[in-house]
Amino acid sequence: MSKIFEFMKPYSGMILCAALLLFTEAILALILPSYMANIVNDGVLPGHISVIWRNGLIMLLITLLSVFTALGAGFFTARTATGVANDLREAVFKKILRFSSAEVNRFSTSSLITRTTNDIMQVQSALTMAIRQFIYAPIIGIGGIIRALERSPSMTWIIALATITMVGAMVILFFVAFPKYKLIQVLIDRLNLVSRENLSGILVVRAFSTQSFEKKRFDKANKDLADTNLFVDQAFSFIMPTIMLILNITTALIVWVGARQVSAFQIDIGDIFAFLQYGLLIIFAFLMVAIMLVILPRAVVSAERIKEVLEAEGGVPYKNKPLPLPDDFKGEIEFKNVSFRYPDALESDDNVLNDISFSAKPGETTAIIGSTGSGKTSVFKLILRFFDVTGGAVLVDGIDIRDIHKEDLHNKVGYISQKAVLFTGTIRSNLLYADKNAADETLYDAAETAQSADFIKEKEDGYESNVAQGGSNFSGGQRQRLSIARALVKKAQIYLFDDSFSALDLKTDALLRQALKKKMKDCTIVIIAQRISSIMDADKIVVLDNGNIAGQGTHSELLKNCEVYKEIASSQLSDEEVNNGL
Amino acid sequence: MDFEMGEGLAKQAKDPKQTVKKLIIYLSPHKAAFIVVFLFAMFSTVFSVIGPRLLGRVTTALVDGVVAHWLGTGLLTNFPYMMRITGWLIGLYIISALCHLAQEIIISRLSVKVTYKLRTEISEKMHRLPINYYDTRSHGEVLSRITNDVDTMSQTLSTNLTQLVTSVTTIIGVLVMMISISIVLTAASLVVIPLSMWLMMAVLKRSHVYFSEQQEALGTLSGIVEETYSGHDIVRAYNGEIRAEEKFIEANKKLRQSAWKADFMTNIVEPIFNFVGNLGYVLVCILGGYLVVRRAVTIGDVQAFIQYIQTFTQPLAELGVASNQMQATIAAAERVFEFLEEEEDSPDVEKSFKKDHYEGNVSFQNVRFGYNPDKIILNDFSAEISAGQTVAIVGPTGAGKTTVVKLLMRFYELNGGKILIDGVDATDFTRGDLRDIFGMVLQDTWIYNATIMENIRYGSPNATDEEVIAAAKAAHCHNFIRALPGGYNMVLNEEASNISQGQKQLFTIARVILKNPTILILDEATSSIDTRTEILIQKTMKEIMQNRTSFVIAHRLSTIRNADVILVMKDGDIIEKGNHNELLECGGFYADLYNSQFSEGITEEGMIS
Repeated sequence: MSKIFEFMKPYSGMILCAALLLFTEAILALILPSYMANIVNDGVLPGHISVIWRNGLIMLLITLLSVFTALGAGFFTARTATGVANDLREAVFKKILRFSSAEVNRFSTSSLITRTTNDIMQVQSALTMAIRQFIYAPIIGIGGIIRALERSPSMTWIIALATITMVGAMVILFFVAFPKYKLIQVLIDRLNLVSRENLSGILVVRAFSTQSFEKKRFDKANKDLADTNLFVDQAFSFIMPTIMLILNITTALIVWVGARQVSAFQIDIGDIFAFLQYGLLIIFAFLMVAIMLVILPRAVVSAERIKEVLEAEGGVPYKNKPLPLPDDFKGEIEFKNVSFRYPDALESDDNVLNDISFSAKPGETTAIIGSTGSGKTSVFKLILRFFDVTGGAVLVDGIDIRDIHKEDLHNKVGYISQKAVLFTGTIRSNLLYADKNAADETLYDAAETAQSADFIKEKEDGYESNVAQGGSNFSGGQRQRLSIARALVKKAQIYLFDDSFSALDLKTDALLRQALKKKMKDCTIVIIAQRISSIMDADKIVVLDNGNIAGQGTHSELLKNCEVYKEIASSQLSDEEVNNGL
Repeated sequence: MDFEMGEGLAKQAKDPKQTVKKLIIYLSPHKAAFIVVFLFAMFSTVFSVIGPRLLGRVTTALVDGVVAHWLGTGLLTNFPYMMRITGWLIGLYIISALCHLAQEIIISRLSVKVTYKLRTEISEKMHRLPINYYDTRSHGEVLSRITNDVDTMSQTLSTNLTQLVTSVTTIIGVLVMMISISIVLTAASLVVIPLSMWLMMAVLKRSHVYFSEQQEALGTLSGIVEETYSGHDIVRAYNGEIRAEEKFIEANKKLRQSAWKADFMTNIVEPIFNFVGNLGYVLVCILGGYLVVRRAVTIGDVQAFIQYIQTFTQPLAELGVASNQMQATIAAAERVFEFLEEEEDSPDVEKSFKKDHYEGNVSFQNVRFGYNPDKIILNDFSAEISAGQTVAIVGPTGAGKTTVVKLLMRFYELNGGKILIDGVDATDFTRGDLRDIFGMVLQDTWIYNATIMENIRYGSPNATDEEVIAAAKAAHCHNFIRALPGGYNMVLNEEASNISQGQKQLFTIARVILKNPTILILDEATSSIDTRTEILIQKTMKEIMQNRTSFVIAHRLSTIRNADVILVMKDGDIIEKGNHNELLECGGFYADLYNSQFSEGITEEGMIS
C-alpha cells in the first residue's frame, strides 16, 4: 500500500481539490435537513407560507451547489485514480523491461502480464472508491452525529444503537464468510485447471476411455466450488435484509421516541424530520466504510503484487563509464573459467555452469551440444548479459562484457531464440526491428538468405503483409526463417542460433545453411543444437554435460576421445556413419 | 448498489430472443422456486412500502395532539394509538425482512444449483463432442465458456431477476401509495422522474461509449504488454526497450484518456442520483409545506412522501443497470447453449463385440476419409496387418501421419470403407471397448495434476502400486523417479519445470505398459528431448513393440527399415505401401526420400521430420 501512496504524491494537489469539494458536498448534505426542520417548525406549523418558500429556495440552491461540487470531486477523483494507474503501469512496464531472465522466470510471463494490466485496474477502481468514501463518509458520519446531538441529544442513542448493530452485523458476517470467500478463488483455479487438463488431454482421455474418471474429477472440483459458493452466498443473503431492517426499525424508533419527547415539549416536530434524515446519513456513512473494508483487501493484494514487481531486486548492473568497442570489432568470444548459478537458486542447487572455458573465433562455427538442462541456453544468456556470471568472465575481443555498454554489445550480436518471436505489425516492420534504418535492399537480401523471399513474395501484400500477434498467421518454419532474416538485417559480428532450425524441413534447412555460410564468412557463429547431424561439420564442438565441459574439438576428435559425445552420436547416427566420422 | 455498468457491454448476443427462450426452458424445472422467490420479493416490497405511510400516521397523530394542545382544546397526544401503529410497523418490517431473507437464500441456492448443473453438463458434453470440434477451436475459447460465461450467467441471472421483480413492485407500490396520499404531490414529484430517467440515460449512454473505448484501449495495451513480455529476450537483445516503451506509453496515454472519462462517469452516477433525489425532496418539502398549511394534506403524509420519493429513484436506476447487465447475461447464455447444442459423436452400438483376448489383426478395407467430407484425403485405402507386425507410417511434416492413427481409434468417423480388428468391424464395438484394445503414446505428452503414481496408473485404475512400479521399471523411469523429491508421490503440474519433456514421455510410456494393450500406437518424434532420455525412450519402445501389433509414426531409419509394412504418406494420402526393399525397388517417393539422404550426406534425423 505504501508504494501506492508514493505514486499518489504527484497528485496531492488534485486529491486536495477532491477532498475540499467532497468536504463541501458533505457539509451541504448535512445542512439540508435543518432547513427542512425550519420549514416544518417555522413554516408549516405556524402557517407561514413565505418561510416555506424562502427555506425551500435555499434548499434548492444547496442541492444545485452540491451537484456541482460532486461533479468536481468526481472529476478530480477520476483524474487522480486513472493518473496513478497510468504512472504505475508505466513504472511497472519499464521495470519489467529491464528485468533479467531470472526475474522473468521467477514471476512467470503470464503473472507479469496480469500484474501490469488487471492488478493495476483493480487498484484504480479501489482508489476511486476509496478517495470518495474515505473522505465523504467520515465527514457525513461525524458531522451527522454532531448535528444530531445539537438537535436532540436525547435521541442520539438510537443512532448509536443502529450503527453499532449494523457494524457488528457486518463484522460478524465478515468473519464468517471471508475465510471461505478467499477460498473461492482457489477453487475456481482448481476447476479451471481440471477443465484445461481435460481439454489438452482430450485425445488421451478418449484413448484410455477415462471419461468417467475425468467426470468424477471435474465433479469434485465443481462440487467443492458449488458448496463454498453456497455458503458464501447464503451468508451474503443476510446483508440487505439486515440493513433494511435496522434502517426501518431505526426510523420507527426515531418517530416514536421523538413523539414522546415532542409531547413532553423537549423538541420540536421539525426536529424529528431532521433527525430522521441525519439518522439515514450516518448509518449509510458507516455502511459505506464497512463495505469499503470488505472490498479493499482485494485491492491490497493487487497492490502487493505490483509492489513485488517494483521492488524486485536483480537485473544486470551497468557500468557508468563503459569502455567503447574497437572500430574494427572482430567478434571473438571467450569464456574464461565461467561459473554461473541463478540468483535465486537454493543453497543446495548445483551451478548451472561450472568452470567453463572455450572460445569462439570469427569466421568459424562453434557448436554447443548436450542434453536439456546441461546449460546450453545459459551460455547464450551470458553472452547477451541477460545474466551475469557468478565466477570467471565472458570476453569479446578481449574486453570483459561487464565493461561494455549494453547497447553496444547487443548491436554486435544477432540472436535467434529457440522460440521464434515476431511482433504485431508487418513483415517489413519485423525485419526493421533489427535496424530501423536498414535499406530495402538489406531487407530483401536478408529474406533471400533466410529462405523467406519466396513465401513473402507469394503473399498478396508481400513485405507489407500483416503479422498477427505472436506471428500466429505464419507457420512455425516461416516464423523461424523470418526471425533469422531479422537477425541478418542487423549485420552483426556475432550470431547466436539457439536450436533455430528445428521447424524447417530438410531441403530448406540445407539451403539455409549454405546461404548462411556464404553470408557470414567473417562472423563468429555459435549454434546450439540437439542433433549431431546439424553440427557435425562445425569448426569446433563444445559438449556440455550437467554444466561442465565434457569435451571440445571437431566431430572426429570428439568421437575418439569424448564418451558423452560418443553416446549421443551412437544414439542418433547409424554405426556406419559413426565409423565414417572416425 | 452496483454502479459498474461497463462490463459486458461490448459483448452482444446474436439472437437474444431465441436465447431468452432457451434460458426460460432451461430454468423451467425450477419454476416453483422462481414463483416462491417472486412472491417473497413482492411481499417484502409491499410490506416495506406500507411502512412510511403508517409512520406518517404517527406523526399526524402527534401533530394533531400538539396543535390541539396549542389551541387549548386539551386533546392530548393519543399514545396508545401511536404505540399500536408503531408496534404494527415493527412487525411489518420484521416480516418484510424475513421475506427478503427467504427470497435471497432461495435465489442463491438456485443460482448455485443452476451453475453446478450447467458446469456438469458442459463437462459431460466435452467428452461427447467429436474430436474435430476441438481441431477448429482454441482451448481458451472452450474454457471461457465453462468458467467466465457460466459465471456471468449465474451471477447476473439470480441478482437481476430478483432485482427486476423488486424494482418493479417497489415502483408500482410506491406510486400507488404516493397517489393515495396526494395527487398534486405525486404530480409534482413525477416531474422529477422524467428528469432522472433522462439524466440516467444520458449518463449510461456516455459511459457506454467511454467504457467500450476504455476496453478497446486496454485491449491494445494488453496486446503490447503480452507481446513485449513474451518476447522479453528478443526485445532486450535487439535493444528494443526504448521502442517498446514508446509504444507502451502511447497506448497507456490513450487508455488514460478514455479511462478517466469512464471513471468520471462512474463517479458521478451516485451524486446525480442524490441530486435528483434531493430535488424531489426539496420540491415535496416546499409543496408539501404549502399544502399542509392549506390543510390539503397532513404533515405525516408529507413525511411519508419524502420517504417515498427517496425510495423511488433508486429502483429506477437499478432497472437501468440490471437491463444493461441482462445483455451480458444473454450473450453469455447464448455461448453456453451454443456449446451444449453442438452435434455429438454418433451413439455407440448397443451390443459391443467385446472379447477377453484379441489377436491384433488389423484390416483396412477401402477406407475413405476426409476431415471435411468435401475434401477427401484418404481415397480407397486397403491394407492387411497381421498380429505382431510393425507398421511404420512415414512422410514429411503435415502429411497426415496421425490421421491413420486417429482413424484406428475411431476419433473420427470414416466416410467409406471399414476398419476391422480381428475380423470385427470397429464400429461394432463401443468406442470405449475399441479403445481398450489400443495403447497410445503421442508426441505431446499429457500429464495431469496428480502424483506420478496416479499419472502412470491413469487408464488402469485398478493397478496396484507394485504393478505401477513394475511398469515404471519397464519404462526405465524407476530410477529417476526415486531420485525426485517425494518419489512416486511427487505431484506433477502443468509447468512441472523440474521434469523434462522426455521424462514426461517416459511416464506416458509406463502408462501404456501398465495397460498392456494388444495393439500399440507410438509417435517417435522426439524433437526437443535431450539425447540421453531419448536413448532410454528408444530402448523402451523397442522392448514394448516386441510381439505386439504396432503402428509407429516413424522418424528413425532403423525403425523404418525393420518395419513389416511401411505406409508412405504425402498430403494426407497414403501414396505407397510395402516393406523397405519393395519400396526402394519401385523407385517412388520413398526411394527418393531415402536416396536424397545419402547423396546429400544428411543423416536420417533430418530426413523425415
